[in-house]
Amino acid sequence: MALDDTKKTREFKVVGTRPDRPDGIDKVTGRARFGADMVAPGMLTGRILRSPHAHARIVRIDASKAKALSGVKAVVTRADFGEVPEDVADVLDNCMAGDKVLYDGHAVAAVAASSPAVARKALKLIEVEYEVLPHVTDVDEAIKPDAPVLHEGRQQETVPEGMSQNVIARSEFGHGDIEAGLKQADRVVERTYRTAATHQGYIEPHACLATMGSDGRADLWVCTQGHYMVRNTCAAILGMEQGQLRVTASEIGGGFGGKTVVFLEPVALMLAKKAGRPVKMVMSRSEVLRATGPTSSTSIDVKIGMTKDGKITAGFAELRYQGGAYPGSPVDMGAMSGFAPYDLENVKTLGWDVVTNRPKAAAYRAPGAPMAAFAIESAIDEAAKGFGLDPLEVRLMNGADEGTKASYGPTYPAIGLKATLEAAKLHPHWSAPLGENQGRGVACGFWFNFGGDTCVSLNITPDGTVTVSEGNPDIGGSRASMTMMAAEELGIPYDQVRTIIADTGSLGQNEVTDGSRVTFAVGLATIKAAEAAKKEMCRRAALVWGIDEEAVEWEDGAARPAGPNAGKFPPMTLKEIAAIASNTGGPIAGHHEVNAEGAGVSFATHMVDVELDRDTGSTKILRYTVFQDAGKAVHPSYVEGQFQGGAVQGIGWALNEEYIYGDDGILQNAGFLDYRIPVASDLPMIDTVILEIPNPGHPYGVRGVGETSIVPPLAAIANAVSEAAGVRMTQLPMSPPRVLAALQAKAES
Amino acid sequence: MSQLHVTTKINGDETEFLCEAEDTLLDVLRDRLGLTGTKEGCGTGDCGACSVAVDGRLVCSCLMLGAEAEGRDIATIEGMATGDQLHPLQQKFIEMAALQCGICTPGILVAAQSLLERNPDPSEEEVRYWLAGNLCRCTGYDKIIRAVMETAADMRRAS
Repeated sequence: MALDDTKKTREFKVVGTRPDRPDGIDKVTGRARFGADMVAPGMLTGRILRSPHAHARIVRIDASKAKALSGVKAVVTRADFGEVPEDVADVLDNCMAGDKVLYDGHAVAAVAASSPAVARKALKLIEVEYEVLPHVTDVDEAIKPDAPVLHEGRQQETVPEGMSQNVIARSEFGHGDIEAGLKQADRVVERTYRTAATHQGYIEPHACLATMGSDGRADLWVCTQGHYMVRNTCAAILGMEQGQLRVTASEIGGGFGGKTVVFLEPVALMLAKKAGRPVKMVMSRSEVLRATGPTSSTSIDVKIGMTKDGKITAGFAELRYQGGAYPGSPVDMGAMSGFAPYDLENVKTLGWDVVTNRPKAAAYRAPGAPMAAFAIESAIDEAAKGFGLDPLEVRLMNGADEGTKASYGPTYPAIGLKATLEAAKLHPHWSAPLGENQGRGVACGFWFNFGGDTCVSLNITPDGTVTVSEGNPDIGGSRASMTMMAAEELGIPYDQVRTIIADTGSLGQNEVTDGSRVTFAVGLATIKAAEAAKKEMCRRAALVWGIDEEAVEWEDGAARPAGPNAGKFPPMTLKEIAAIASNTGGPIAGHHEVNAEGAGVSFATHMVDVELDRDTGSTKILRYTVFQDAGKAVHPSYVEGQFQGGAVQGIGWALNEEYIYGDDGILQNAGFLDYRIPVASDLPMIDTVILEIPNPGHPYGVRGVGETSIVPPLAAIANAVSEAAGVRMTQLPMSPPRVLAALQAKAES
Repeated sequence: MSQLHVTTKINGDETEFLCEAEDTLLDVLRDRLGLTGTKEGCGTGDCGACSVAVDGRLVCSCLMLGAEAEGRDIATIEGMATGDQLHPLQQKFIEMAALQCGICTPGILVAAQSLLERNPDPSEEEVRYWLAGNLCRCTGYDKIIRAVMETAADMRRAS
């Protein structure tokens, strides 16, 4: 046996090429089935009644008139759900309010009816009496001692006495002595930065189709980033055994973290249970914006000390993130990630998790990191420019490298930060001339990347084609990547392998498609499953040849005698071994189950040129280049796509996107017209440079690539706009009115 | 409720359906005719995922009533390929990785086809403005714009 996956200079045959994706034809012809595209016989339409108040006590719900309407088959309120385990109590409360509604759009009741028209009519017949309570939607207001309180008694012991009960938790990271570091500085930049809440903005609204029999067995079709998570969460909420609920993931029309939690699914199951018929639920866009997603809005204080030659002597940040109506904002990840690109002697971050009367924050691509990077990278830029220093050189001088003790604790193995900075320095973008009213900005970003529970089953069919079953919804081409890694490992053509996303009944537990984990962890499991299949195929060949299985090796898609002493036999291809599998012991498969460790952290540097219109305050992105370490780019086109997509989401966050609440606590822009994500005419091409510093924790060196790309753009654009405007911009979005106000304030001063 | 009887042509086929007066063309396509390739992203004409061509004109099918389809000629994504022969735009989108999740793809393809029918040699700026009504959250549009430009060049060479 020679299954050596430690070869340092592996020559790849499939990995690194750009084959067509296996789901391509379905997606360009309209055949692909997304969440809302499924039907079932006798299917009902489910709809949700939502709170018109930001904060109110539910005094009474009377659904008798709705129940009496012809065509209404079930009505569900919180009273239909029993007591649930503590770890899903907030999830249920978010899906269906209990005593109180906590934000505009919070679900209070649901109906299942014979048609959408009947369902709409039924919702209007449900009478809800509210006792309206004072509300708070701003993070800095919510932490004040006299702010309206959402939850009593949820505050953790880490929070000092005297703070509002809306402050749920405190986190702290870092090392060294900040005060001592600041004393060594020639300049200290100290500023407060603010970012608005944004939504993931996936184009496909949440949708599911639930059926449940009177025997308690249920099936769910759903667009989600993790159908195993959906199964486990719904089973806990409905008091079911996990094995009795089979969840199938539809094609998913974008998620970006926003589909890592449940919203409709437990309600759809409960409606299906009560009605005894399948129930399909699809959110409207305004429901998506009012009740799902968004990110935290934040308020962040930063203090950076720098010597006149650019050495950062101390870095401090205090981060306040509101996570909406329930505990769990990603402030800890912001606090861990903000200084992660730098090798600092003195660094400290404090994070405060705050609740407000907004929808509960869901993960959004590198959750928590872009806002922290915006604040910290802006401050570093200001400090560097204050001394007239090159912002790339300052980052290189302070940049983290192999052996650096990260601001959040661990010591880095081989990492790619400096490679991205060096590539940026050499790129023609960096030396291109700028015109009037134009500015150039750079910023770095970091993301952890994750591994987690993963199962892959790889089966050899009798004719020698290979099927790979994995349990992670394919959100950006992962079926292609898994197919490529299986083909690479088996030494067979890409087209000989087909990868499918299996339902929850077909594999063991799989962690959600999040944390940029899939290409790393599922790829790892795919390679290991292929290795297991290869080992078995070598054993079968040995059996046929009558030699020791140790005397057989696998190379180029065939079993071969390993060396001259093994005997002289012509190679047996995978297809030949498959054809005789039944006679050599039965079907051949490989599988691998693992809690994958060794995900490699990833870094990026972004560079952007902007032009300001001084009359309107609007910002045009002129040129954009992403430099990011992918470890090993399995399918470079999809890696580029992740870089480009993340950068453009960051552009939207920096310039346009914002949750706008009125004084009444009602979301004022719950639609794509007023919540404006970037459109094609806003943008230039997004150039990409893929760096490949192999991750030692993956056989092919793969790192996750999906999330890091949204971390630097907020700061890079703010640095560019600040340069063009001659004013430091400290608040996002840098919308035209805000930029105009900054320009006018500067002109007046 | 009395339903309306509508006779229309969809992807070249004579088609009859019954609908409520309030049903949009998108509702009819998806829920009554099973043509779920046309997607609903917003229902308010802001995202373009439901783009179809009506008598050769690009429209958001969520902004048109099903009853208004009477006597019209409607083209949806399901009619874009000819048998198993993909339209050059479809082929190019796959080759150039111009889709990630794919939910906006049908609408973008229908819109891009409509552009190339009018303008076989669009500039990058023309493509960007023509597709400004089609939201894509995954790609940052880069590969989409390139794929449309490249298809246009291929089609010009072929004609």
